Amino acid sequence: MFGKFASLHEAYGRVRQAGADPFGVAFDEVVSPTTARIGGRDILLLGTNNYLGLTFAPEAIAAASDALHRYGTGTTGSRIANGTYAGHAELERRVARFLGRRDAMVFTTGHQANLGILATLAGREDHLLLDADSHASIYDGARLGSASVTRFRHNDPGDLARRLRVLADKPGDRLIVVEGLYSMLGDVAPLREIAAIKRETGAYLLVDEAHSLGVLGERGRGLIEAAGVHDDVDFVVGTFSKSLGSIGGFCASDHAGFDLLRLAARSYMFTASLPPSVVASVMTGFDLIDQRPQLRAQLSANAARLHAALAASGFRLGPSVSPIVSVRLRDPALAVTFWNRLLSAGIYVNLALPPATPEGESLLRSSVSAAHSFAELDRAAAIITAIGQELGIAGPQAAAAESYVSAAD
Amino acid sequence: MTEYDEMVGAIAEVVRSLGKAEVPAGLVITDETRLADDLKLDSLAVMDFVMALENRFDLVIPMDELTEVVSVGDLARLLLGHLKTQSAG
Ligand SMILES: Cc1ncc(COP(=O)(O)O)c(C=O)c1O
Repeated sequence: MFGKFASLHEAYGRVRQAGADPFGVAFDEVVSPTTARIGGRDILLLGTNNYLGLTFAPEAIAAASDALHRYGTGTTGSRIANGTYAGHAELERRVARFLGRRDAMVFTTGHQANLGILATLAGREDHLLLDADSHASIYDGARLGSASVTRFRHNDPGDLARRLRVLADKPGDRLIVVEGLYSMLGDVAPLREIAAIKRETGAYLLVDEAHSLGVLGERGRGLIEAAGVHDDVDFVVGTFSKSLGSIGGFCASDHAGFDLLRLAARSYMFTASLPPSVVASVMTGFDLIDQRPQLRAQLSANAARLHAALAASGFRLGPSVSPIVSVRLRDPALAVTFWNRLLSAGIYVNLALPPATPEGESLLRSSVSAAHSFAELDRAAAIITAIGQELGIAGPQAAAAESYVSAAD
Repeated sequence: MTEYDEMVGAIAEVVRSLGKAEVPAGLVITDETRLADDLKLDSLAVMDFVMALENRFDLVIPMDELTEVVSVGDLARLLLGHLKTQSAG
């Protein structure tokens, strides 16, 4: 049964040999949105997706604990079989209102939202067109359904248009799936161009704003708001587990009939609904996004600061300045060593290795939070730079070498 | 040369040009060459390299059809099949 995992076992063994286990980091205690403790030492958290730092917002904690005391610890069942709590329906109205959509459905995680929506919406004759760098949950949802699935080149509207042209004579509907902010390199989708293709071809468009909700757009509505394409987007998916600092997922839409998915999407029907305390913290999170635009301003200043410092050190980074700042490395072994050195120095970032990465690169992925201070970010950048220099991958020389390589790409 | 041989040749060329596969020195890529076992392409690398072929031949190959593909020959037949139905359609 486990024989088929031999090569995974071997690769994992190699990664662990280099020091701590990057995929099994256990914090003894997480004490704030930006600090944890391991073995009595403080660790600066720079890989959390806690974009607005809301996990410890006193208002959210108060609302969650009030709901916990009033409505109990869990719902012990699904919305369909065991009933909807008032909070679920209220949260759905809140999501719909927040995004300016007619309806919203709340799922227990963002992963389940993608599973349920993609597997159910696109049927046997239909075609799903996924950006090649899509999150695993999008691929999983596509595989679970019966539509024909094709990937287009990451952020390449030309390749998307070509594929839609080839499919033009085939029956069925087309659903284009993109993300607002891509989680590995922090690059944004060229949403205006994609929306134009959608209009020209009569396709449907789904945008997963998992990393961009609360982060992009003047009012934090996401890339759809930032790109000004509200009316071109048919379905918005997102999660409560990142900027909202809690857990849960959703899909929102203006289409009449969207509500019927409640009786068709299996990942909605056959799993327990969110507990009342979580619902309360998410509701409060939406309030805070609306009440505190300064959080978004701070986040974007913080992102620019870390990005600029690491770019100045000569690291090769993603194409956009965003709260996801990834140092791109070609050698996985070097990336593992680098990651371990950072953890020993008290900095936690995410390590992403191929094949889970774009273009087979290895990434040291940071996600910046509005809760970071400039002092914390400057210290992190200095430590990352010092270790990078020791390992021979930072500094003006390295930058020249990397830009040479990227020019040749 | 038949269109099948030509397709095998085109696939071999794309395999080499993408630089993702570990093509052992001296290996001649034939229709019997296996993508995973001989060329060490993982499933994602296979998808990327099929994407390059789709662009070259202006095709769209649904992802689920790739699950049956083991060898270069399997892939050549799949691509040829799509080229025929597409130009007929
Ligand atoms: C693009 C995208 N969609 C969906 C998810 C899943 O979200 P959740 O953590 O709520 O399952 C993630 C998070 O990892 C993501 O990056």
